[in-house]
Amino acid sequence: MKGYVHSLQSMGTLDGPGVRAVLFTEGCPLRCAYCHNPDTWECRAEDAAEHTEIAERILRLYPYIKDGGVTFSGGEPCAQAKFVCEVARVLRDKGLHIAIDTCGDIDNADVDELLGVTDLVLLDVKFTTESDYVKYCGGSLARTLSFLDKLERLGKNVWIRHVVVPTLNDNEKDVSRLADLLRGYKCIKRVDFLPFKTLCREKYESLGISFPLADTPQMDKNRLDELYKGFEGSF
Amino acid sequence: MERFANEWENFIGGVWCDKPDVREFIQKNYTPYIGDESFLAGPTERTVRLRAALEEKLKEEREKGGVIGIDTGTVSSLTNYPAAYLSREDELIVGLQTGEPLVRSVNPFGGIRMARSACRAYGYELSEEIEREFYYRTTHNDGVFRVYTDSMRAMRHTGILTGLPDAYGRGRIIGDYRRVALYGIDFLIEQKKQDKVELGKKRMTEENIRLSEELYKQISFLEKLKEMAALYGIDISRPASNAREAVQWLYFGYLAANKEQNGAAMSLGRVGTFLDIYMERDIRRGILDEHGAQELIDQFVIKLRMIRHLRTPEYNELFGGDPMWITEAVGGMGEDGRTLVTKNAYRFLHTLYNLGYAPEPNLTVLWSDKLPQPFKRYCAKVSIDTDSIQYENDDLMRPRFGDDYAIACCVSAMKIGKQMQFFGARCNLPKILLLALNGGREEKYDMQIGPSMPVMNDDVLDYDAVRRRLDYYLGWLAGEYVDTMNVIHFMHDKYAYEKTQLALHDTDVERVMAFGAAGLSVIADSLSAIKYARVHPVLDERGLICGFETEGDFPKFGNDDDRVDSIASELLDRFITELRKNPTYRGAIHTLSVLTITSNVVYGKKTGATPDGRAAGEPFAPGANPMHNREKCGALASLNSVAKLSYDSCRDGISNTFSIVPAALGADDTERVDNLVSILGGYFAQNAHHININVLDRQKLIDAMENPELYPNLTIRVSGYAVNFHKLSREQQKEVISRTFHETV
Repeated sequence: MKGYVHSLQSMGTLDGPGVRAVLFTEGCPLRCAYCHNPDTWECRAEDAAEHTEIAERILRLYPYIKDGGVTFSGGEPCAQAKFVCEVARVLRDKGLHIAIDTCGDIDNADVDELLGVTDLVLLDVKFTTESDYVKYCGGSLARTLSFLDKLERLGKNVWIRHVVVPTLNDNEKDVSRLADLLRGYKCIKRVDFLPFKTLCREKYESLGISFPLADTPQMDKNRLDELYKGFEGSF
Repeated sequence: MERFANEWENFIGGVWCDKPDVREFIQKNYTPYIGDESFLAGPTERTVRLRAALEEKLKEEREKGGVIGIDTGTVSSLTNYPAAYLSREDELIVGLQTGEPLVRSVNPFGGIRMARSACRAYGYELSEEIEREFYYRTTHNDGVFRVYTDSMRAMRHTGILTGLPDAYGRGRIIGDYRRVALYGIDFLIEQKKQDKVELGKKRMTEENIRLSEELYKQISFLEKLKEMAALYGIDISRPASNAREAVQWLYFGYLAANKEQNGAAMSLGRVGTFLDIYMERDIRRGILDEHGAQELIDQFVIKLRMIRHLRTPEYNELFGGDPMWITEAVGGMGEDGRTLVTKNAYRFLHTLYNLGYAPEPNLTVLWSDKLPQPFKRYCAKVSIDTDSIQYENDDLMRPRFGDDYAIACCVSAMKIGKQMQFFGARCNLPKILLLALNGGREEKYDMQIGPSMPVMNDDVLDYDAVRRRLDYYLGWLAGEYVDTMNVIHFMHDKYAYEKTQLALHDTDVERVMAFGAAGLSVIADSLSAIKYARVHPVLDERGLICGFETEGDFPKFGNDDDRVDSIASELLDRFITELRKNPTYRGAIHTLSVLTITSNVVYGKKTGATPDGRAAGEPFAPGANPMHNREKCGALASLNSVAKLSYDSCRDGISNTFSIVPAALGADDTERVDNLVSILGGYFAQNAHHININVLDRQKLIDAMENPELYPNLTIRVSGYAVNFHKLSREQQKEVISRTFHETV
């Protein structure tokens, strides 16, 4: 089966447990203000690839990632759920651990099938109010939470990821709201706060897309730790 | 055991009691250790004081521009210096190279000119006495230049062959220094005398006459070794009887080798497991505890860190950072499936904490999938903390070299005491490509060097035509290269034979001749460009190709892309095949390495622009590394490309230097350790041979370049060895900084 693949990063250590291959697929329903991969938003015809070819490329890395695994990121892997599922099935048959890094915005039968071959879901909870979701990423808090409910029902392992952006959501109020939203889910094994970075500015320039947060400063590491402490205390 | 009842008390006997067989002694007597590092002890007060004394001297050395002093009035040899000490009351292990700590000796046997210019480079003059003596003596260098052909001189002059050991000790020979401790000198002399008698029963062919004279020299230097120890009031005619003596005896053997030879690489071997037997015995006897055992290793390592040789600035350009390659192999597995890791493996690594991070000794972990997990994790931790160790694939080498091999220099496996190497530096592959395209004419010096052919001045270079042309010139190069090496090693044996080190080998030693190749990724990418893009040669007014215009993209080595990776592999297979067609001096076995030390900078400087887009003069990547920043698929894809190169074509080793920023290795210390273990395991599972690991940020190096005084101990792995960053030249530092640092996605 054909799918659209932006790139394969042969080594990631921050997107799931252990040493992992990270496959960036193309296509995303959201347009997050802080997105650092704007080059993966659209599917490009020249990036089409067969699922067997992609699986073969990843399996070349098997000796390194056998105790880690593979993470599908993007873009939004669920935007090509069928294709990702095909690739993941081949890899999982070889014993590899499968993670998807998703915004939880897409929910359909294909996604269900993909979840069936997924060991870990890295779920991005982007904002804590419906209005911020609309304003800054074009998604929906309700849809994201209902996806989380589904993961809870399915008993999937979930890591929550939350990007903290200066002036947007770097305050105690947002953090405590996040804690309220996530409290009680047994499926959540870990919550990571990721600092907003402006490294992607050049990418936007070269694509000729305007970067909405071009003038926002990078997130301060100490402040992030402080907010995380507050979160841990109330979670 | 009647013989040496006291010294060999409690040892399990065997064949080793009657003839030197250290391996058997180890196998019968060692205690594998599969636990973790929690047993380790910190430095004793004595060690702390001794370390402080050394630090003081090192500071003085730095302030004096890298050389604390030169004894210009003495020719270096075993007994030419009086007993000397760093801090006598605190030293458990004694013996210095010269009369004063860190003072460098003069060793003119390789070449008097080199010794003279090295003295001058640091503001000294060689004494008249030595000048006079060597006026009447033939050095190795004299011998070589009496025989070098015009073609050999031209290849050397233009930098097709660089770093040839024709003016200094060839090094890379590993004496089995353990024999000194296990047997004592008298036993070893007795054995060599017997060998000489046996040899006398054979026909006196040229080879046997030469060997007989060599045995005479070996025996005479074993006598000198005994005398050298006696200067310190120590009698090493008999075997060592406890752990301290074992370390001392062994060190005397190593020290003597360094007084006799200034070889480019003076490996220590694989002494940890051997010494551990003595430590375990003393612990059982109740005369040693963990602090005492660590103290012996710490003090031994302090001595090793004081070894120095006098080098010229040109030498330092090739082998940057004043390296000694006191390579100690740590870990590995035995043929019977037991691990060769002992507590001493940990103790050696632990010296980096007890004594501070440092490049020497060159600690080399022999990695096996079967190594005890706690040891793998400890090694990874040490790498992450110190950037001071390298790894080589024991599962790849053990089937070929047995389980008692060590590493000569950076990456060359040698059966200890059974094999020796004729070191052959390396040839510049991209330059051969340019020479081939220009029909044998070297464009920089405008010299006809190889067989003459028309310049390949087509509008677009045709891959098949270029390959045919290149293969022809590789064949020609192989012949010239082997001949050059034959001349060098004939003369080295004749005028600068390693008497002490070879006395610590079996008499019927097996010889290998180690050729080398530099610029692998540059030539692979260049050929890939010719094959997959459109490469137009640019001609100068002489009609020679002086540059290239390359249109379109092409696969680059370092991305796990078989289209180009196979070009690199095939090239090496081809080159060793061509080398093997030419007979070697003393029937040595041809081997090949892909290793550059820091000479990738000099090689690049001597090489014009290449079809891969590399500008004239730009440094090559080190060793078998992909070219800087051409790796687009991340760290593991880069490792996979290197892992494809065949070890059987490159038995002398394939060096890869891997730098990663801490954040890319994992979020916390535990994750980083686990992830590094996975990376190493994955790399070696694919039959890769060697890797240097650096875990650091580029920014730190930039800062260290600007503010060296803030980073006196910053150690990094470069190519098969580690260096103090501040000891590299500015050019070398910049090259290190420009390398790929694998970062977070």
